[in-house]
Amino acid sequence: MNPQQLLYTKTHEWAAVESDPSGGKIATVGITAFAIEVLTDLVFMSLPEIGSQVRADEPFGEIESVKAVSDLNSPVDGEVTEVNSDLVNNLETLSKDPYQAGWLVKIKISNEAGLADLLDYAAYQKQCREEQH
Amino acid sequence: MNKTPLYDWHVSHGGRMVEFAGFMMPVQFTSIIQEHQTTRGIAGMADISHMGRLRFEGPGAAVFLAELLTRRVADLVFGQIRYSLVTNEKGGILDDVLVGYYHNEYGQPFYLLVVNASNHEKIVRWIRQHLPPERANRPGHEIIFTDVSRLWAMFAIQGPRAIDLLQPFVDVDLYGMKYYRGNLVRLLHPAAQRQGGIISRTGYTGEDGFELSMGTGIALGIWEALIQAGESMGIVPTGLGARDTLRLEAGMPLYGHELSEEIDPFQAGVGYACHLVGYDFPGRDALLKIEKQPLRLTRIGLELSERRVPRQGCPILADSRPIGEVTSGTFSPTLQKPIAMGYIIPEFAEPGRELTIDIRGHLARARVVPLPFYNRNKKGNKK
Repeated sequence: MNPQQLLYTKTHEWAAVESDPSGGKIATVGITAFAIEVLTDLVFMSLPEIGSQVRADEPFGEIESVKAVSDLNSPVDGEVTEVNSDLVNNLETLSKDPYQAGWLVKIKISNEAGLADLLDYAAYQKQCREEQH
Repeated sequence: MNKTPLYDWHVSHGGRMVEFAGFMMPVQFTSIIQEHQTTRGIAGMADISHMGRLRFEGPGAAVFLAELLTRRVADLVFGQIRYSLVTNEKGGILDDVLVGYYHNEYGQPFYLLVVNASNHEKIVRWIRQHLPPERANRPGHEIIFTDVSRLWAMFAIQGPRAIDLLQPFVDVDLYGMKYYRGNLVRLLHPAAQRQGGIISRTGYTGEDGFELSMGTGIALGIWEALIQAGESMGIVPTGLGARDTLRLEAGMPLYGHELSEEIDPFQAGVGYACHLVGYDFPGRDALLKIEKQPLRLTRIGLELSERRVPRQGCPILADSRPIGEVTSGTFSPTLQKPIAMGYIIPEFAEPGRELTIDIRGHLARARVVPLPFYNRNKKGNKK
């Protein structure tokens, strides 16, 4: 995935939205390189089951570093259709390749209007610069 | 917000700055796990200038401290350091401290109390409350109390190579210095501008190591000289993150986690720091009573087999029944699994006991293990 073409949450998840051949849209969701850099010492991650219903801005999983645990928030409303379950035992993949091999879940979007609330690349970059103060 | 003399250095060297006890401190420079493992394997250097340092001089100082601290003070020999507690009238722990006995270059003796940054103001208030002018000025028993915390910087240089790094910087034989001993030293580096410092063989990591104090004016110069000298050995700066994982593996209690005013020294496993038959100090009578009663709670270590990390406040269960709470938890870089300390009802505390920790609604299996989790002198610390 090209980071410049992704959509972002304020809580550092990315979404790649594509048309689903069977109609509607699918979001591939991950967490950004910025977030992984901030977390640094990753030790644990939990991901949802296939078929789970998720809602935008609400947690679908957890990611934990030595220092603290953080929620993984969904960028969209919908249903989880695929889970990158190998990742849970290979967290270093997240640091090495956060926008490709490090994807977390695919979500069949139920409410496309919600996509308008997500940040584009420029807006997300601006937010990251502000967080770095 | 307070800053140590090294604040700008930390920021310009990638330190991720966080607020801790009113100070902006680096939590890490690279990675907590890397800094932890470098400290265990080589050595790490941490800025601990946020700690409170309180100096007592005068003919009344020894008795005053004996009547303030839970541990004997009057029998300290020059250069000796002891772990002690400050307790309230109920025997609750106000702080855990190191008390050292030194003499300056003119032969004048003084005591140095090192207190937690988070308790600094509280302990200064407590001391002032117990040291009214009529006590401080009693003829023949005068006591001069000085808070030198902001005048002195302090570094913790910890790990097996710490001694090799530091020896060329000081004029005393560090190899001959015993654990929990210290000395005033001349600092043998141009950056010291002929000033001295205090070095002690103490630490909070479970490794051999030293703590070095010096005036704030020369702190940056000495720090940079140590960093430069340590580079070829692989010694790195470390942050508060690794300081926490190192002390946790070493089974050392931390105020605000394992220690508080609601916990008594026997529950915390630091009863050895209470000397109840000598001088009267606040809480002594209460502790004499508490000592005779069975423990209501006791401090234990727990090891987990899955990777979710228990944190402070997580309930500990036995057969679905709450029996205690986690006070500190982390992922142990040495053992490569989550570890925790906490307080539970003593009947469940024997090593090997299987318990459950409620980690945000997830029930994780945990096993009681003896403390410390890591002991540098024992084999078998590897996973």
